[in-house]
Amino acid sequence: MTDWIRATAAHMADALAAGEVTSVSLTQAHLDRIAAVDGDVHAFLHVNADGALETAAAVDADRAAGVSLPRLAGVPIGIKDVLVTQGLPTTAGSRILEGWIPPYDATVTRKVREARMPILGKTNMDEFAMGSSTEHSAYGPTHNPWDLDRIPGGSGGGSAAALAAFEAPLTIGSDTGGSIRQPASVTGTVGVKPTYGGVSRYGAIALASSLDQLGPCGRTVLDAALLHEVMGGHDPHDATSLRSPVPGAVAAALEGASGDLSGVTLGVIKELGGEGYQDGVKQRFEEALDAARAAGATVVEVECPSFVYALAAYYLILPAEASSNLAKFDGVRFGLRVERETIERTMAATRAQGFGDEVKRRVILGTYALSAGYYDAYYGSAQKVRTLIQRDFAAAFEKATVLVSPTVPSTPFKLGERIDDPLAMYLNDVATIPANLAGIPGMSIPAGLAPEDNLPVGFQLLAPAHEDARLYRVGGALESLLNASWGGPLAGLAPELATSAGEAAR
Amino acid sequence: MTNLTYDDAVRDFDPVFGIEVHVELNTKTKMFCGCLNEFGGEPNTHVCPVCLGLPGSMPVTNGKAVESAIRLGLALGCQIRESSRFARKNYFYPDLAKDYQISQYDEPTCFEGSLDVVLDDGEVVTIAIERAHIEEDAGKNTHVGGTGGIQGAEYSLVDYNRGGVPLVEIVTKPIEGMGARTAEVARAYVATIRDIVRGLGISDGRMEQGSLRADVNLSLRPKAPDAAAQSAVPFGKRSETKNVNSLRAIERAVQYEAARQAELLLAGQPVVQETRHWHEDTSSTTPGRSKEQAEDYRYFPEPDLLPVEPSRAWVEELRGTIPEHPAKLSARLREEWGFSELEMRDVVAADALVLLSDTVAAGAAPQAARKWWLGELARTANEREVTLQDLPVTASDIAELQGLVDAGTINDKLARQALEGVLAGEGSPAAVVEARGLVVVSDDSALEAAVDEALAAQPDVLDKIREGKVQAAGAIVGAVMKATRGQADAGRVREIILARAGVQG
Amino acid sequence: MSSLERADVARLAILARIDMTDDDLDRLSGQLNAIVDAVATLATLDTHDVPATSHPIPMANVERDDVIEPSLTPAQALAAAPQAEDDRFRVPQILGEEA
Repeated sequence: MTDWIRATAAHMADALAAGEVTSVSLTQAHLDRIAAVDGDVHAFLHVNADGALETAAAVDADRAAGVSLPRLAGVPIGIKDVLVTQGLPTTAGSRILEGWIPPYDATVTRKVREARMPILGKTNMDEFAMGSSTEHSAYGPTHNPWDLDRIPGGSGGGSAAALAAFEAPLTIGSDTGGSIRQPASVTGTVGVKPTYGGVSRYGAIALASSLDQLGPCGRTVLDAALLHEVMGGHDPHDATSLRSPVPGAVAAALEGASGDLSGVTLGVIKELGGEGYQDGVKQRFEEALDAARAAGATVVEVECPSFVYALAAYYLILPAEASSNLAKFDGVRFGLRVERETIERTMAATRAQGFGDEVKRRVILGTYALSAGYYDAYYGSAQKVRTLIQRDFAAAFEKATVLVSPTVPSTPFKLGERIDDPLAMYLNDVATIPANLAGIPGMSIPAGLAPEDNLPVGFQLLAPAHEDARLYRVGGALESLLNASWGGPLAGLAPELATSAGEAAR
Repeated sequence: MTNLTYDDAVRDFDPVFGIEVHVELNTKTKMFCGCLNEFGGEPNTHVCPVCLGLPGSMPVTNGKAVESAIRLGLALGCQIRESSRFARKNYFYPDLAKDYQISQYDEPTCFEGSLDVVLDDGEVVTIAIERAHIEEDAGKNTHVGGTGGIQGAEYSLVDYNRGGVPLVEIVTKPIEGMGARTAEVARAYVATIRDIVRGLGISDGRMEQGSLRADVNLSLRPKAPDAAAQSAVPFGKRSETKNVNSLRAIERAVQYEAARQAELLLAGQPVVQETRHWHEDTSSTTPGRSKEQAEDYRYFPEPDLLPVEPSRAWVEELRGTIPEHPAKLSARLREEWGFSELEMRDVVAADALVLLSDTVAAGAAPQAARKWWLGELARTANEREVTLQDLPVTASDIAELQGLVDAGTINDKLARQALEGVLAGEGSPAAVVEARGLVVVSDDSALEAAVDEALAAQPDVLDKIREGKVQAAGAIVGAVMKATRGQADAGRVREIILARAGVQG
Repeated sequence: MSSLERADVARLAILARIDMTDDDLDRLSGQLNAIVDAVATLATLDTHDVPATSHPIPMANVERDDVIEPSLTPAQALAAAPQAEDDRFRVPQILGEEA
């Protein structure tokens, strides 16, 4: 009997199409898994059992009636709680939106529904996507299935943990500075940040508008590709969305699966490695490069000198834009209201109670960065650094097909270890941030377990803007090669989670 | 209240003023979403996630609004920026759904323009325009409890229907050198803007409905012996007066502020740089609430929107759609119509230029058009306390009405009755004439019968006429008109009477 | 780049409409100054002839036609309102004034 929850989404889709399994049983299996393990993992903030089964049943009925269905129809999915879902609670990990039921769907939510994928629920995240560990969720952290005492990454820790815990085959995340890629790295899964504008942001609760992108998360490169093609495309409701066609991610992933990397040059970014990077991380990264060479790839070093300013630029641009994006949470039209005698006092009391510390920190920082007399020095100059970073990338891509680096300098740290040191927390993002600043696409695939702690390491690939397919081809190839060396996908090596039968996730 | 007059103020001081006009565009939909852009409407019936500021929502620019803004900029002699971006103006207020307004900051789409304004006596002054930029409107707060105003209100209710409506904000440079005519110029400037936006068809330009709003800035500086020396005198502190809801109020607000500031300065007291509110009932301004700290709007380029980059070719194409400047239009029409300067000035003062022009275009003679619009209709509008444009009668109605008179179908008196019917909503002039049977009776036999009846009641009239008192016929004409409820052709009746008397008319 | 005094943070908290206790202000000033120092590296960069990038993928003239799209019903719009009255959002007394 197939343990369906451990199958890939691609396999599930094929099996559904072939009638080997029903969507209802597939969905139920995942709901059972959630009930069994999510008490410990806490990947989900809301489980949509009835809604998911309803969708599954409708898909099964249509399939039986011979209705033509989209490729992923009936394959269940989890959605990061940053995405607005009509009729389903949407909190962005914050108390200020506790209980909010949106009256509309995000464009990507609509696409998921049109793809007929049962929505298992909304996954946990750092509040308003501000964080790298999901410890800043107002609803309690998510635990890394590889070691429940450790962080699952952030801000999209829930989406990544759900995959690693086999609670969902596919999840949707959002990435502003690494919030898809970094959790993928520390949970041994695959996460992709598309080219900026490749996926509609309409209905994604905004953090930093010029950096945010929604993206696909899965356990394999092909699975991520399948979801990428569902999510991508121009949206007239998002003025920044690209008009170019959705990348041929699936074709590229299938092509890459052969493992052939001849003709491909990997550009190792000098500034994203070396000091500050954990030994085991560096080791696995080098081993991956060796595997690539053996498969025909050329490996060169590229220099991107402006990257040393990337963290500073990011921690000016993000708070500035976020401070403005979060102003709408004022207790007037929706969400929490802490009533006082005047609306001014009501707004201030509401936001004081509804926002967590990290959010307050960044909102105040952003307010400062934009305030009179400081714009040029802060936000203004940070925007210029973006230009420098784009130029460095452009020069580097002249020399390489894709650029590579470890995704994160370290393996997942323990819960509570960095929570009191914001700056230490921010260092998590140093390798992932440049891609958001430049708008180029990036992917993290598992690179193995670090020998010193047996915890997941991630391998990051970056491609030029609009060249998302390149990530899937090269990433797919590398995945094949590495899987071969491990005897199977890394996700299969995760420790068994203790199950508590009958305990439902919140 | 002040004891000084405006005349005193401008005698002793040199006023410098500026005006910010907000024009509400009449696009079908809002600036950044597809909700209906319509005045009135039940609360919160024209709202969506975007204009309601719901989490996750995103704006998309209304291309028609951009086009209207560019046309307005061209009509104001502005340059059109090759690349302009929207910017967020960040502040918290319940009627501002996102708690920031999408506006333009250092890259307004239109900038550096100038507008000729014709004053009542024909003098032309040129107003330098700093910029005209595009932005969205806020919703509407209604204050409950207290007197209904914001002070002392218990709570407020917010309607976001107006939130997101497209606005163009026109800002003048500080205007110096208008001296005693400052108040007049301020009013005439706004009136000209109003004419322009109506002429362009981009806005109703109705101050009483809020589709045209003006804030008036005024400061005084000591008078200098000549113009050159005057320019060197630094500007004084200025006040900004809001809530100025009519052309008349603009003039009065300038007068009041000048007097108020002059009184302060003469008493050796400083003028506070502040925002004030105009009160129509007391014809005065009062200070707004003092703010705890100056507002810092933290402008930055709107990341959710892309730059507006109108091609030069398109801008030139739009330039071709700009109608004549109202002053030029007025001069040209005056010549075409053969009106005297005084007559034309009355037309412009009555804000009837476009109405007359449309009426003439529909076939009426200019003088006839003027007679109707500045006569009967102006009277009616005054009684109803509305503008001519508000009356439920169109230019083509009037042309049709005059046409009926010219054709002899009705006379002047009957025309007035027909007009009453049109104003009452009974239909077009022709329809009213038919329905009410207002046709002039020119059927001889009917007239003769009526004349004979009247003569029978006043037999001595015929004798008087034969004696040479031709004017005695008037009594019979009057009687016949009365008997026919004014529908007799008076001229023909007179002829018949004279014929009865055997006299030539 | 200047360092943030507690009074500065208090002023920023008012601008950002977030109530802060004295403890909050103390804690936040310290943390913010650390961050501000960290981002101060930007000051060492000479970018005077570098144009700013506000949109990572350059585009322009993205507009929609002046065509009506469905609105929410008042019920939908007000469904999440903390307080509503007469189909409008109810808020406590407004102290300030429209900008």
